[in-house]
Amino acid sequence: MALLETKNLGITFGGLRAVGEFEISIEKNELVGLIGPNGAGKTTIFNLLTGVYVPTEGDILLNGESIVGLKPYQIVKKGLTRTFQNIRLFKDMTVLDNVKIAFHHKMQYGVPNAIFRFPGTRFWKEEKEIDEKARELLALFKMEGSCNSLAKNLPYGEQRKLEIARGLAADPKLLLLDEPAAGMNPQETRELMENIHFIRNNFDVSILLIEHDMHLVMGICERIIVIDYGMVIAKGLPDEIKANKKVIGAYLGN
Amino acid sequence: MKKWQEYGTTLIGIILLYIFLIVLMAVGLVNGYHQGVLVLIGINVIAATSLNLATGYLGQLALGHAGFMAIGAYTAALFMQMIKVINLPVDIALVAALIVGGLMAAFFGVIIGIPALRLRGDYLGIVTLGFGEIIKNAIFNLDFTGGARGYRGYLGSINLTKMYIIVAIVLTVLFLLIRSRHGRAMISIKEDEIAAEAVGVPTTFYKIFGFATSAFFAGIAGGTLAFYQKMIDPKKFTFMYSVEIFIIVVLGGMGSITGTVVAAVILGVLNEFLHVIDQWRLVIYSILLVIMMIFRPEGLMGSKEFSFVGLVKWLLKKMNKSSVGDDKDSASLEVK
Repeated sequence: MALLETKNLGITFGGLRAVGEFEISIEKNELVGLIGPNGAGKTTIFNLLTGVYVPTEGDILLNGESIVGLKPYQIVKKGLTRTFQNIRLFKDMTVLDNVKIAFHHKMQYGVPNAIFRFPGTRFWKEEKEIDEKARELLALFKMEGSCNSLAKNLPYGEQRKLEIARGLAADPKLLLLDEPAAGMNPQETRELMENIHFIRNNFDVSILLIEHDMHLVMGICERIIVIDYGMVIAKGLPDEIKANKKVIGAYLGN
Repeated sequence: MKKWQEYGTTLIGIILLYIFLIVLMAVGLVNGYHQGVLVLIGINVIAATSLNLATGYLGQLALGHAGFMAIGAYTAALFMQMIKVINLPVDIALVAALIVGGLMAAFFGVIIGIPALRLRGDYLGIVTLGFGEIIKNAIFNLDFTGGARGYRGYLGSINLTKMYIIVAIVLTVLFLLIRSRHGRAMISIKEDEIAAEAVGVPTTFYKIFGFATSAFFAGIAGGTLAFYQKMIDPKKFTFMYSVEIFIIVVLGGMGSITGTVVAAVILGVLNEFLHVIDQWRLVIYSILLVIMMIFRPEGLMGSKEFSFVGLVKWLLKKMNKSSVGDDKDSASLEVK
């Protein structure tokens, strides 16, 4: 059974059909790229998958279970997290706290325990546990040195990295990356590619990524899906996509 | 420092501050009039810190805090009247009445919050402002509240000691709440609501929870006001009172509890000097606010906090520096 499967997924805003008949199936530990010209509907698809928009047609199955109509935070619990095209960090919080937020749904202690912190209660156990986990995760991304600095003070590339780390902290089965290389220089893009490889090798997670940097997409994705005007125009291996007439037409005009 | 040492230091700090106050009273530097001013400052501290939870930490502009205070005041007063027959010790009845007043305010917080928190920024401000006015006018026109004449009935009494304890408890609870996963969730909503939802924070729940908690403590502030003044004057709970509390929050720094306390004390003291020119009071407040926005827009303390632990650490550091070499033991107190 595929990890993520969509059936005839679509959404209409008024008279505009932004996405239609979108079908995708992602297996465990796959790395899939989603590309297409500007305005093709890539981010809309991410918004559909993460529950920001409710699809007007079709179904989304995560592990065989429909997640249509669930709130974004409920979908995160089911194991699907994302990053954003324009970085959305909690800017005035520390790097460590940014990661800790993502553990929120894994924690159990209630408000009374937060106020009456008797020794040995859940509060201490869970706070200690996530503190260790968050530091561990940041160490994996070589960011342990900036644990206590504010997220807004990080360099751009590090902010991207932190957002991905935060997404991973929520312990997803599928991670959606929305243009992770946007605004990066070639050096930073290369590091990002290494990081994505690293995530694939060290975490038990599938990745679906939107990207305009073809070097990156062709370099790391196992499969690529191309959309234009909200419709899938091609699917296949990177080399097949490179040679596809429809894809070239969508990007360059016929 | 271990966690329990930090808590202990803070507790000792709170007690020392109280002893300092007692000494000042014994020496005569703080007379009855000053005590009255301090109690009123205490009430404003509770009201403003609770508003700071909604505005500074949760990021929701709320301008109807006087309404929640009014609900707390009347509920506490009426509850006190009701339980008079069972002859509880006064202080227990007082605490119970304050909590009931707070709970009623929190209940209204939830009712208002569910529809209003769909809005953001100015729009939420306007809705909460309207709510405050509705409460005030309802009180004016209801019978059991005593109408515009105000409420006079059996009320407990609050002195400076009780006020100090209540303020200390409220501030402690707020601190503990903010520095837990629930507080983190609230701050993340202020920072970026969409991102918060995308990493698994149930934002709607926390917005209503934070708003209701804020209303709860506002209700307690209202209750203490009623018990201190031994009557309730509904004309007190106007829009301007909400604004006054809001000004305290902005001056102290959104997202700083201790900053709010400092601002409440400064404005409370300033208030006493401005009684002679009462009609200019709000003008002076506004000018203060304008000056603040130009020179220090983040407020007195920004989002920083004063802490007894920090103070002790700082003092230890100073002591170590002045006695390097001859006193190795104090260095092993582990300053970091």
